[in-house]
Amino acid sequence: MISSSVLSRNRLIDKAEKFDLKRFVLETLTLLTTGLILYYFASTATENLVDQGIASGFGFLHQEAGYAIGETWITYSPSDTYARALLAGFLNTLYVTAIAIVFTTIIGTLIGIARASSHWLLSRLSAGYVEIFRNTPLLLQVMFWIALMRQLPSPRQAYNPVTGLFLTNRGIIHTVPVLNDYLYSLILAFIAGIVLATGYALWRRKRLYASGRSLPFITIVLPLIIVPPVLVWLLGSSSLEFEQPVLKGFNFVGGLTYSPEFLALVLGLVAYTSAFVAEIVRSGIQSVDAGQKDAARSLGLRGSLILRLVILPQALRVVVPPMTNQYVNIAKDSSLAVAIGYPDLVSVGNTAINQTGQAIEILFLMMIVYVGISASVALIMNRYNKRIALVEKP
Amino acid sequence: MRTISFAAVLAVTLTTIVPPIAMSADGDSLKTIQARGDLICGADGKRPGFSAPNSEGVWQGFDVDFCRAVAAAVLGDADKVKYIALSPAQRFPSLQSGEIDMLSRVTTLTLTRAVTLGINFAPVNFYSGTKIMVHKALNVDSALDLNGASMCIPPGSSQERAIADFFRRHNMEYNSVVIDNIKELGDAYLQNRCDGMASFEPGLALTRLRAGQTDDHVILPEDIEKEPLAPAIRGGDDQFFNIVTWVVYATFEAEEWGIDSTNVDDMLKSDNPKIQRFLGVSGDLGEKLGLSNDWAYQIVKQVGNYAEIFENNIGANAPLKLERGLNELWLNGGLHYPPPFQ
Repeated sequence: MISSSVLSRNRLIDKAEKFDLKRFVLETLTLLTTGLILYYFASTATENLVDQGIASGFGFLHQEAGYAIGETWITYSPSDTYARALLAGFLNTLYVTAIAIVFTTIIGTLIGIARASSHWLLSRLSAGYVEIFRNTPLLLQVMFWIALMRQLPSPRQAYNPVTGLFLTNRGIIHTVPVLNDYLYSLILAFIAGIVLATGYALWRRKRLYASGRSLPFITIVLPLIIVPPVLVWLLGSSSLEFEQPVLKGFNFVGGLTYSPEFLALVLGLVAYTSAFVAEIVRSGIQSVDAGQKDAARSLGLRGSLILRLVILPQALRVVVPPMTNQYVNIAKDSSLAVAIGYPDLVSVGNTAINQTGQAIEILFLMMIVYVGISASVALIMNRYNKRIALVEKP
Repeated sequence: MRTISFAAVLAVTLTTIVPPIAMSADGDSLKTIQARGDLICGADGKRPGFSAPNSEGVWQGFDVDFCRAVAAAVLGDADKVKYIALSPAQRFPSLQSGEIDMLSRVTTLTLTRAVTLGINFAPVNFYSGTKIMVHKALNVDSALDLNGASMCIPPGSSQERAIADFFRRHNMEYNSVVIDNIKELGDAYLQNRCDGMASFEPGLALTRLRAGQTDDHVILPEDIEKEPLAPAIRGGDDQFFNIVTWVVYATFEAEEWGIDSTNVDDMLKSDNPKIQRFLGVSGDLGEKLGLSNDWAYQIVKQVGNYAEIFENNIGANAPLKLERGLNELWLNGGLHYPPPFQ
């Protein structure tokens, strides 16, 4: 009986792998038709643009953009090209997205855990957070944050809670250490500490799995990270120099400035998306069978260990796939920057469209960029999902 | 086999039967508008004085009146206009794609726009200039003192480039804040997010008016850039281009001959041959444009002459109280100069 079913399955596979003329012709035709339709659309659009006397093509990318961008990660001035302007906008989009993803994950996870906890006040507070931020439109929230930011005093009356930190309606400005040799050695020492600590953590886990005996973690890792920079500080001859923000003319010069638009956008994205993430995390935790917790407790594990070793690893399998959606949403929602004036890709692109009139080309570029960002996020998350997925024994 | 032939038929059908996507102007806007019974006009919608709905939802303003004038000439009824509110970034694609028949939205005429966008500009109906407004508390009285300032600028506008050029020319730095929605941009400036706001002068006056405390803001004297504003239509339609062009001239011409909405009926009895020709009592000027002969009469009767349009929306009879300045007729030292109606 068994052998005959195996045989029939093999026959099926043979059939599928054999060259099938009918199928080949059909697939080729479908591909050709799709290609023809796309070509037809593209050529009609080009033709119509030419007929209407509208400039087309990507030549404009090399022309001088002629407009300023509020904040950039690369040097940019109005005499640079449109290509560079769009690149500056793209980097701003990436920056906002990355920052928002990190904070969303941390805050969302914490609130999700709090929401699933049996602590009454904690659970209710986080439920309130989720309901407020999940049930109001993101645009409204971003507008709210920017309105709040603008209530801060003007630079001349800047609010200065601690030395080197200024809160103004032009942004939050703080002092930064000057990048000199001394700072470099501090950073190097810090990296060395992290490498040491990671090495210890890996060795500790290997030993734990081999012998079942657990060595202390925090009491070893923390000193490993802290000691090297402290040594540099004690032995080093020079000290850190700070670049202080100074009010010069209209605004602060020096230091690092976070613009109100950037802060409002990040706050909006994080507050809104972390409400969704919290719900995902909560559903993940609650999807773990209650028996797992009881079993862990009966083994004598503490509450935090139960969460870390038993609940979260199992919850993660439920949590990761929908998280991908939330990350992709952050990337796309960051385009709300247009509403408040943060110079993201869409904002910069809109200006370029208006200056050149080449809406199709610029919108096409923007679409490609967003598809690219979303696809990269999805790819990374899928890899991660595969790693943590339950490996079922055959 | 059936599936294969279906695919083949589909491919052939799609490439031959489906007509080209109707993106281009069909070269006959007049017929389309008359068949539709409405003129679709793109305007700003958030600039009281130029274009904004009033408390009853009726659109009013300087830009709106030029839409109404075209509707009066083409359809005989100035109220047959549908308005679409457009941001600076939306306006040109909206016109190019045929969503609107005419763009009347404080749009500056520049070479690049006129040449590369596939649109045509009617004559300039408002001469303006980019200026900078600052908070009075800053004690600044020249734009040349603005090195290092934060500037609120409408994005995608000709002003954005004008400001960049101005600061570059004078070797000054600035920090730009660009917000698409003009009201949001004004709020950002009024809430002191920026030291200065750049826009064409009436836009600044409007923002200042909205703040209530008009004395708290100063419009600096420097002319940053010329801003001639003109209505625009899609390229490739000479007839409609001529109509919009001569509608604009008609409002000038009516003012030149002292014809306004109150006396236009009396003027029909005028012995002046020029006025007779203009109002369609004699001659065939309207027919030459493809309109009825009383086209100019309808404009003046239902909308008014240029002076009325100006004063009632943005001039002496309106909250903005703008001076005519360059927008006087040539006879009074301004730039509006209608060619002969003959």
